[in-house]
Amino acid sequence: MLFVLLLIFSLAASYVFPWWIVAIIAFVASLLMANRAGHAFGSGFLAIFLAWLVLSLFKSMPNEHQLAERVAQLFGLPHWTLLLLITCIIGGLVSGLSALSGFYVKQVFMPSTVKQ
Amino acid sequence: MPPIEKTNLGSSAYYYSQTLIFKHNYTVTATFMKIIKAFITLSLTAVLVWALQTQFGPIPPLGKFLNPATGFWQNAENKRIISQRELKLPGLQDEVTIKYDEHRVPHIFAKNEHDLYYAQGYVTATDRLWQMDIQTRSASGRLAEVVGAKALETDRYHRRIGMVYGAENSLRAMLQDPKTRLAIEAYTDGINAYVHNLNVRDYPIEYKLLNYKPEEWKPINCAFLLKLMSETLSGGSDEFLMTNTLNKFGTAVTQDLFPDHNFQEDPIIPKGTPWNFKALPVPPVSASFKAQMAANGKPAGKVEGIGSNNWAVAGSKTASGYPILANDPHLRLSFPSIWYQIQLSAPGINVYGVSLPGAPMIIIGYNDKISWGVTNTDADVLDWYQIKFKDAGKNQYWHNNQWNNVTRRTEVIHVRGEQPVTEKVIYTHYGPVVFEDSVSKRSNPNLPAGAALRWIAHDGSNDLKTFYLLNRSKNYTDYRKALTLYTAPAQNFIFASAGKDIAITPNGKFPLKFADQGKFILDGTDKANDWQGWIPAEQNPTVKNPPRGFVSSANQSLTDKTYPYYINWQFGPYQRGTRINTRLAAMNRITVDSMRLLQTDNYSITARDILPTLIAQIDTSKLDRNQLKALDILKQWDKRYDANSIGASIFDAWWRKVYNLTWKDEFGDEKANLQWPSRDRTIKMLLTQPRAKWFDDSNTPGVETAEDIVSTAFNQSVNELSVKHGRPGLGWQWGKIRPTSIDHLAALKGFGTGNFESGGSSNIVNAIHEGAGPSWRMVVQMGPSVKGYGVFPGGESGNPGSFYYTDMLQTWKEGQLNELLYLRSAEEKSERIKSVTILKKNDKK
Repeated sequence: MLFVLLLIFSLAASYVFPWWIVAIIAFVASLLMANRAGHAFGSGFLAIFLAWLVLSLFKSMPNEHQLAERVAQLFGLPHWTLLLLITCIIGGLVSGLSALSGFYVKQVFMPSTVKQ
Repeated sequence: MPPIEKTNLGSSAYYYSQTLIFKHNYTVTATFMKIIKAFITLSLTAVLVWALQTQFGPIPPLGKFLNPATGFWQNAENKRIISQRELKLPGLQDEVTIKYDEHRVPHIFAKNEHDLYYAQGYVTATDRLWQMDIQTRSASGRLAEVVGAKALETDRYHRRIGMVYGAENSLRAMLQDPKTRLAIEAYTDGINAYVHNLNVRDYPIEYKLLNYKPEEWKPINCAFLLKLMSETLSGGSDEFLMTNTLNKFGTAVTQDLFPDHNFQEDPIIPKGTPWNFKALPVPPVSASFKAQMAANGKPAGKVEGIGSNNWAVAGSKTASGYPILANDPHLRLSFPSIWYQIQLSAPGINVYGVSLPGAPMIIIGYNDKISWGVTNTDADVLDWYQIKFKDAGKNQYWHNNQWNNVTRRTEVIHVRGEQPVTEKVIYTHYGPVVFEDSVSKRSNPNLPAGAALRWIAHDGSNDLKTFYLLNRSKNYTDYRKALTLYTAPAQNFIFASAGKDIAITPNGKFPLKFADQGKFILDGTDKANDWQGWIPAEQNPTVKNPPRGFVSSANQSLTDKTYPYYINWQFGPYQRGTRINTRLAAMNRITVDSMRLLQTDNYSITARDILPTLIAQIDTSKLDRNQLKALDILKQWDKRYDANSIGASIFDAWWRKVYNLTWKDEFGDEKANLQWPSRDRTIKMLLTQPRAKWFDDSNTPGVETAEDIVSTAFNQSVNELSVKHGRPGLGWQWGKIRPTSIDHLAALKGFGTGNFESGGSSNIVNAIHEGAGPSWRMVVQMGPSVKGYGVFPGGESGNPGSFYYTDMLQTWKEGQLNELLYLRSAEEKSERIKSVTILKKNDKK
């Protein structure tokens, strides 16, 4: 659920807000919905990884990856797919970390979870 | 039992309380841990986002740059073009139709001049915004603002040579004329209409890489663009080196090695052309003519390979009976392309050609009545004057037997991430003191006073008016009138008309000088060294419909010795010009295609002139196998610098070596700051003075002659080629040995072409030489219905993510031309039109 929500929101918000909005979305969504640390990070990472993959390919495919190929050369990468991978990992890391921090912040304010 | 119960109770309470304490402790610890975890992950996230939003050295902020919503992925253009578009733009007066052909060349149809130049500004910005920005920044000394301290010296140089001062003067002149004022203001508004609507994601990729924002265009930027051209084409100077040479070798040797007329000449204006005017008296040679250079700093040297070809043939020599005009300006090639093709049509004008992104109008092109083109004239319009200051305060300088006050111009250079740098530049009546000690102290503490720069680019001039008029010219008279208004950079304006006239005019505002004035640094105290007025524009060298049936130029000398004025002591070498003239003289029933073949001609006149003499010096009995083979190849060589030619590689290396061995011992390397004698002078010596003392290598006890130098040079160059490229064979092909590449303006790897093989060289008509060469090849067949052909090495779009970034490159490489689409009206149908954009005025306030 967290994953789906993050995916939808980040796709929708990215054209209106600066790129780091994904951090805020992941943080808030995780604050509300995450139930485990692994769940928070995993959902956050995967959702934005996927969102950025889709968004990048959406622009790059009709371009036949010409620009991606040039930028990959500029960065000294042997193939444009590596550039895509780096893009998605960066997005995923920001979102995953932010989701994780959202989960931990929630933990601070939630009543004790130790069973009585 | 109560006690037991009590005890029990007590023990239970004890247990319970213990649990509570434990639990309390546990909760405190757990909460603390949670806070720590939350704090750490939050901090990590914040640091990560900050790091991805921050620029480290040359690396752009990675999050900003890579994210697919606003980063570089957004610059990837779709292969499919939207075929119909409508845009509402503020400030338009009427509707404008823009038709794009298969190369994305915009064909603009406007209903008035304002809208025409507005639309030109708009479409140019759409394709070339960053290029326009970076070029004006370069010209105006504002690069450090975006790239930081590494550009500070470049900026300082541009500020100190008076680029801003000159642009301000020119802007005033351009705004005084109502026609050019309208064009510049409308063009500016058009650019800004694009800039104002730009989303972050639409910023050209270079802004994202360099991490800065597009800014509003200002009218003065148009002036900067033109000053940049002046700097490229007339901003070089050999005066410093020449003065050092004069000081070292004396007048006799200097005049012998650096003569005012070349040994081999084939001037632009055919020899014997009469001058139909009464010349003004030439100013007398000043007493202080032989000036001494005690200055610091070294002005930019002249660059070989920046030249151009143009020619026009009369109807009597063409298949169609109408003139054909050809032009290929050679410049340092780059991406985005230097030129931007465009068709401009409005009532009273319908013109096609290339424009400079950042300036309205068309610089080289044609309409249905006339065509025109330019090559660089290389007039001496830049002189240095040694200034004598009264004291260290440098507030007064000696000139015309009195102390004169200087003025100081403040230039503030903003530097990204650092404090701004303020330059106070001293101005004399000549112009700025470019290398003054307050600046030079930083690099060299032992520098005395500087020299002042007098440069035509400082003068207010409305050169755009010339192009405004040429764009609308109908005949020879219009052409001549347009030319009289032109100042700089001086160009050889070639002309052909449907009315069957051809003409060429080396044209610009030329100072009236005594012979050799400005060949060396001038004494700034002597009034007789000042520029004494101007050659009247109508007395600039010109020729119309010469008997030989063609006119041409290739940066060579302008006239024979009968021209009454001094314009410069040196011009480009004669080889390209003479090849063109020989071919044109021999050709008849000329077609566009034969002109195209001449533009890509690889024949070497230098080889024709000297190869037999070089070969004659070789004693074959002393050669090893590789050398014999190389000599054999040379003997059979067709003297063409084709990409697959092996002879070209051997000859080129050999000739360079001869030149170096001849002069290096006396003139040293770059650090010696001496001017090396020209190729022409060396050829003269080789052919007619083989015993000249310059051939003797002063580092050896024996006395060498031309024969020894030529022979040693041959052995050395063949040996070097063998070491680098193996036995003489396919590996020695010219295209392989001398790869060509076209780089991005910011030298971004992957954004240029990478190395490719090509024929040609400097001093070959097909002047492709490393990263320089024909930046636009155009051939125009005049006639009842004009037909133009052209290509440049690149594409219309400046976006590396566009399919139109390099789409014309291959055609250029192959030496082919595209047929240019010249639409007679907005209504004319053509299958080549792929999309249409309608600009409508935005009524919203």
